[in-house]
Amino acid sequence: LQPFDYVVPKSHAEASALLVEGNGTIRPFMGGTDLLIRMRGGFIRPERVIDLKALPGMCDIRLGEQGWLAIGAACTMNAVALHPLVQQHYDLLAQACNAVASYQLRNRATVGGNICNASPAADTAPALYCLDAAVELFGSDSARRLPIAEFFLGPGKTALRPGEFLTAIHLPPAPVEARGAFGKLGRTKVGDISMVSVAVLVDFGLPIADFGLAETRTIHTPQSTLRNVRIALGAVGPTPLRASEAEAALAEDASPDGVKRAADLAAAAARPIDDIRASAAYRRAMVAVLTRRGIEAVLAPSSSVLRPSSAGGAA
Amino acid sequence: MSHTIALTVNGERYRLDVAAHHSLLQLLREQLVLTGTKNGCEAGECGACAVLITWPGAARAEPVNSCMVLAPEADGAEIVTIEGLMHDGQLDPLQQAFLATGATQCGFCTPGILVNARALLDRNPDPSETEIREALVGNLCRCTGYIRIIEAVKIAARAGREAER
Repeated sequence: LQPFDYVVPKSHAEASALLVEGNGTIRPFMGGTDLLIRMRGGFIRPERVIDLKALPGMCDIRLGEQGWLAIGAACTMNAVALHPLVQQHYDLLAQACNAVASYQLRNRATVGGNICNASPAADTAPALYCLDAAVELFGSDSARRLPIAEFFLGPGKTALRPGEFLTAIHLPPAPVEARGAFGKLGRTKVGDISMVSVAVLVDFGLPIADFGLAETRTIHTPQSTLRNVRIALGAVGPTPLRASEAEAALAEDASPDGVKRAADLAAAAARPIDDIRASAAYRRAMVAVLTRRGIEAVLAPSSSVLRPSSAGGAA
Repeated sequence: MSHTIALTVNGERYRLDVAAHHSLLQLLREQLVLTGTKNGCEAGECGACAVLITWPGAARAEPVNSCMVLAPEADGAEIVTIEGLMHDGQLDPLQQAFLATGATQCGFCTPGILVNARALLDRNPDPSETEIREALVGNLCRCTGYIRIIEAVKIAARAGREAER
């Protein structure tokens, strides 16, 4: 590594001021699993790195207003994946965090860093798109919130302005009967960067507990139609993307034919490129496979919830 | 820029001046001459530099790749390296099992694997073969083909559970 200074700011304002002042020669630093590699490769040569981990809230996971879950940007993948509230209500995100690299790397890699690098292959991104996550950004003027889909602008490009940094990821209250599945393909079964990834989230339409948003989702689900289907794709476009037509198709028809149709529509929504990891054609074909597997995994474990009789009772 | 930090390594307390741009791996190997921890890829892929770290205020030790930690970050941390795995002159059950099964060939990956496997057994004393394989995904071995390594971890897990009784 080239020599650089290491700074631990005492406050959000100080951190933001340092980042503005640096004008590109200063880099925010959390887990370092991407930054240090790029520095060792000589791709970037910052004069200072600003360690944001010690700022208040950056490593916290807590229930916030109206049942939203706030995940500090510097929470490690393991901290997120092993947190009881995440496991209980946002299993899709836990699956995605667990799909990143290796156990010991997940002790360093942060969910915020995964997003801020804005790699289209970021494993947490498709899950966060499905979960309607919002990101909280702190800047010299003020804090603001953006939907996750407005944060990703292109490969390596985010909506962060000079001096801004990500402080938290907010997840809206999870429907009680939502189930998700995250699948990815790399060169190896586990541990590798995704050449394609797919997240599927289905809300089976049962009432949301407690959180006061129930009016939108209280209607129970008639057999084989689904409410609030979400399908998001990773590593097959300049940003992660939602496959809206596939979502609508599955919501309308969850029969085996409908699942196949949704998988094909997801493949059609992909905008993959040929690169060192895979060809565009292979990626597109695998979007269909992973989407089908994801939908089947979500629908299979308890087909009973699809029956109207289970909506209010013992299920 | 240099930082003065205090940390504990294998039970010994140190106060050190470290360079901001040095990794924890460099601190261990070059300043403390604890060369059991190996420098493989410096990219977080190979796991040869794995050590156990207890961050200030944390409940338990967790494995990290020391090439991915900056030396000044280790201020206040407790580190265990391969040199600290022995207790009271006795090899760790994992080390004994690696010897018994021939799980080591060239040995370069062994310290990282032992440290990471120790962390696995500490959080899960009875791991399945799948759980062992998943826990060691980030430790590359180019000699053994892994079969004996996995066998050794199973044997050590069994030995550990029997010792608990």
